[in-house]
Amino acid sequence: MTDRYDAIVVGAGHNGLVCSALLAKAGKKVLVLEANDQVGGAAITREFADGYSVSACAHLLYQLQAKVRKDLKLGPKLAADDMATIALSEDSRHVRLSGGSVDGVSDSDAVSYREFHSRMKRFAGLLSTYLNKTPPRLGSRDFEDLATLARLGFDVRRLGKREMREFLRLIGMNIYDELMERFESPLLKGALSLDAVLGTHLGPRSPTTMFTYLYRLAGNQGKMSAPAGGMGSVSEELAHVARESGATIRTGMPVKRIMIENGRVVGAETEGGEKFASYTVISNADPKRTIMKLVGARNVEAGFARRIHHIRMRGNAAKLHLALDGLPVIEGLSKKDFGERIVIAPDEHYVERAFNPAKYGESSPDPVIEMTFPSLRDSTLAPTGKHVMSAVIQYAPYELKGGWTDGARKDFESVVIKTIARYAPDLEQRITASELLTPADIEREFHITGGHWHHGELALDQFLFVRPVSGAAQYQMPLDGLYLCGAGAHPGGGVSGAAGRNAARAILSRERSA
Amino acid sequence: MSFQEVHQGRLRTPFYSRLEKLDRLNNWHEWKGYSSADALYCEDTEYFAIRNATAVFDLTPMTKYRITGPDALDYLNRLVTRDMAKIEPGRVAYAVWCNDEGQVIDDGTIFHLKAGEYRLCSQERHYAWLMAAAMGFDVSIKHETEEVAALAVQGPTSFSSLSAMGLDGLGELKPFDLMHFDFEGAELMISRTGFTGDLGYELWIEPAKAEALWDALFDAGELFGIRAIGTHALETARIEAGYLAVREEFLPADELARTGRSRSPLELGLEWMVDFKKPNFNGRRALAEEKRRGSTWRLVKLDIEGNKTAHHSYIYAREKGNRSEIGFITSALWSPVCRQNIAIGTVKAPHGRPGDTVWVEVYYQREMHWSRVMAEAKVVDKPFWSPSRRSATPPGPY
Repeated sequence: MTDRYDAIVVGAGHNGLVCSALLAKAGKKVLVLEANDQVGGAAITREFADGYSVSACAHLLYQLQAKVRKDLKLGPKLAADDMATIALSEDSRHVRLSGGSVDGVSDSDAVSYREFHSRMKRFAGLLSTYLNKTPPRLGSRDFEDLATLARLGFDVRRLGKREMREFLRLIGMNIYDELMERFESPLLKGALSLDAVLGTHLGPRSPTTMFTYLYRLAGNQGKMSAPAGGMGSVSEELAHVARESGATIRTGMPVKRIMIENGRVVGAETEGGEKFASYTVISNADPKRTIMKLVGARNVEAGFARRIHHIRMRGNAAKLHLALDGLPVIEGLSKKDFGERIVIAPDEHYVERAFNPAKYGESSPDPVIEMTFPSLRDSTLAPTGKHVMSAVIQYAPYELKGGWTDGARKDFESVVIKTIARYAPDLEQRITASELLTPADIEREFHITGGHWHHGELALDQFLFVRPVSGAAQYQMPLDGLYLCGAGAHPGGGVSGAAGRNAARAILSRERSA
Repeated sequence: MSFQEVHQGRLRTPFYSRLEKLDRLNNWHEWKGYSSADALYCEDTEYFAIRNATAVFDLTPMTKYRITGPDALDYLNRLVTRDMAKIEPGRVAYAVWCNDEGQVIDDGTIFHLKAGEYRLCSQERHYAWLMAAAMGFDVSIKHETEEVAALAVQGPTSFSSLSAMGLDGLGELKPFDLMHFDFEGAELMISRTGFTGDLGYELWIEPAKAEALWDALFDAGELFGIRAIGTHALETARIEAGYLAVREEFLPADELARTGRSRSPLELGLEWMVDFKKPNFNGRRALAEEKRRGSTWRLVKLDIEGNKTAHHSYIYAREKGNRSEIGFITSALWSPVCRQNIAIGTVKAPHGRPGDTVWVEVYYQREMHWSRVMAEAKVVDKPFWSPSRRSATPPGPY
């Protein structure tokens, strides 16, 4: 062993970078080991066809925490901000959602939506406070734990009697029931259903989808933007700040194992056999990969290993990237509209039906799709006059029956293209290259178990006190020197930086109290 | 298994045909799906067979797991609190295993049968926990309760009885040793283990040879007063020996709903089995913390004045200005062999240090009416019954 560091961060995902930047700013000697050649993890921009680039995994920025921006003085340049959502209709009477307003629905729906949205924003605001806090330990007598817990109770109570009841009624339920009670427009219900299930292994009728919807809003009140240069530019900026603060980032260095001696962490060893010493190892990898592969189940206690093993993290979202020699035509959309977020979720039943086959290991024959054409507002992504499409497709189960063979991939890609072509008939002629990333590909390329972008299903039973698992929700794992700083830790996925920031703060405050 | 094999909803052990012939009382209870006799003819006579002759107890229903594979030792070392590397092939270890919170799930014995091959025996079933603990280990865990017939052969003449069967070399067997013998072409394993605190052995064989083994044993033991016994006699001997019993001195931590009702090995007087030198085992972190902060409970063995058995009694402090309730009795009896009123109990630490005296509140009934006596009790360190023959090697011919 050669160099000793104050902390080694395994993985330069955006959370790993936030965490290492904050630790380095606090004067720590930090080494970041990244498996891929590029920093950013699932928040990267990369070329998938000659001259065509795209945000390879995460493609919309809607959760980057203000506190992260402030602490690291980030100013990501945005190609698009406050993007609207356009829900496509086959008869071209599309619905457009922007903030609290919705066009293309009945007056009563518009009113209901305004009410719904303002209430959701209020509830999301309550959640958002806790995104940037270490979850309190239950049963602890520590002042900070008790204070946070008391504050949580107080905040819920402060909503007022009626709203508190409403919050407690909604938080565990499925979004479908709520939508059915409130709205008429199938397109509106479809679009809201999609927001509740995107990136999860849940349908709109699954429990806790109201919560996943709120989580999405909690990040930044649901405001979506597209960073200039793709999501990679956010990671590049974070890496720059981390390096400026003194952190060392080494890419192309996959960590093979986290080294343990005498029941504590002592460093990390790469696949290449290089060893780096540190008594603090912070894993940006998902909890399953961290514990079961990098640490080894035998090096932790059996109950903890069992809880980690049981984390639900079956990815169900695929990415499709298309290189287009021009924008397709969608009746009822102007060219400018292609700069917004376009969704295919014609009604709430459609979304649930798309989920049905996924329960049995089959991909959706009529998938739900979230599309963006980022090149419209960002010319760096495609040659002049040409365009790229980046889409999230559901459902594409990680454990596809028969596996993601070339045949299965080709079939699914053509299903997706045919689905979009129902609205954009000339799409197929415009395609010059394509790339499909199934959850299996996402697992392989971004080293996320199950290809689940939240590093573990986001649901009430895997949130706050119990994320990643009970007894380990304070970023410190029950193995001396081991921490988690990725989306598998509280609060969860999305390019938010909250987990990375909270982890760094937990590590630093622990050191102060020691 | 077909339904025909299940009699009256309960399994019968391979020794049932022999027990049935000796049974006069028809007092049976269920033990993990098997019928097990409380007593066969007379509880007291059966008890004295343990202390004065050879007692034979059918322990087939005891839960048994076979643990094999390249990582078997590492696996066990992570599972239990003590250091299993010290247990050589041919040795048996009493062991206790905990959950992550350092609370006891169960205790049992681990037999190092052959190099890298182990059998874990316990009162309760633990397959789910053992499998969960197997993640990350190259180890195979097989439930083999039904595949191994087992007898406890205990008492001062047990060695003589077994020797009369022609088992050469048995005399060299030290406590917690095990040996393999040939019995009618089958492998008979004998370990010098037991639950009586006396000289004694346990015999392990395939079920097909169970009846033949029983017959041979009873033929050989006739001159040495061999008797079959039930669980009640064994329970008396168990308490005299000061051994813990699950569901008496502790409850399996993994099935409790209330906090504070489980016990750690430190609270059960098993600190000698907790090896903090091992870098990782289930419960280590919590136990290290408990050791630092001090335990909540302490197990005590009590020598109580008078002759009123202190079943389920409360225990009170006997200090100047303090007579508060500090715990309760978990097992109690009048010990015939020690001629002592004895009990095992649990008290709040730091009460109950060896040599301390406490009050025990004993309720007893005389012709329907209840009476109460506050009996003075002394906390003792040693087992109530531990004769030198228990560990003498070779054992004497009684």
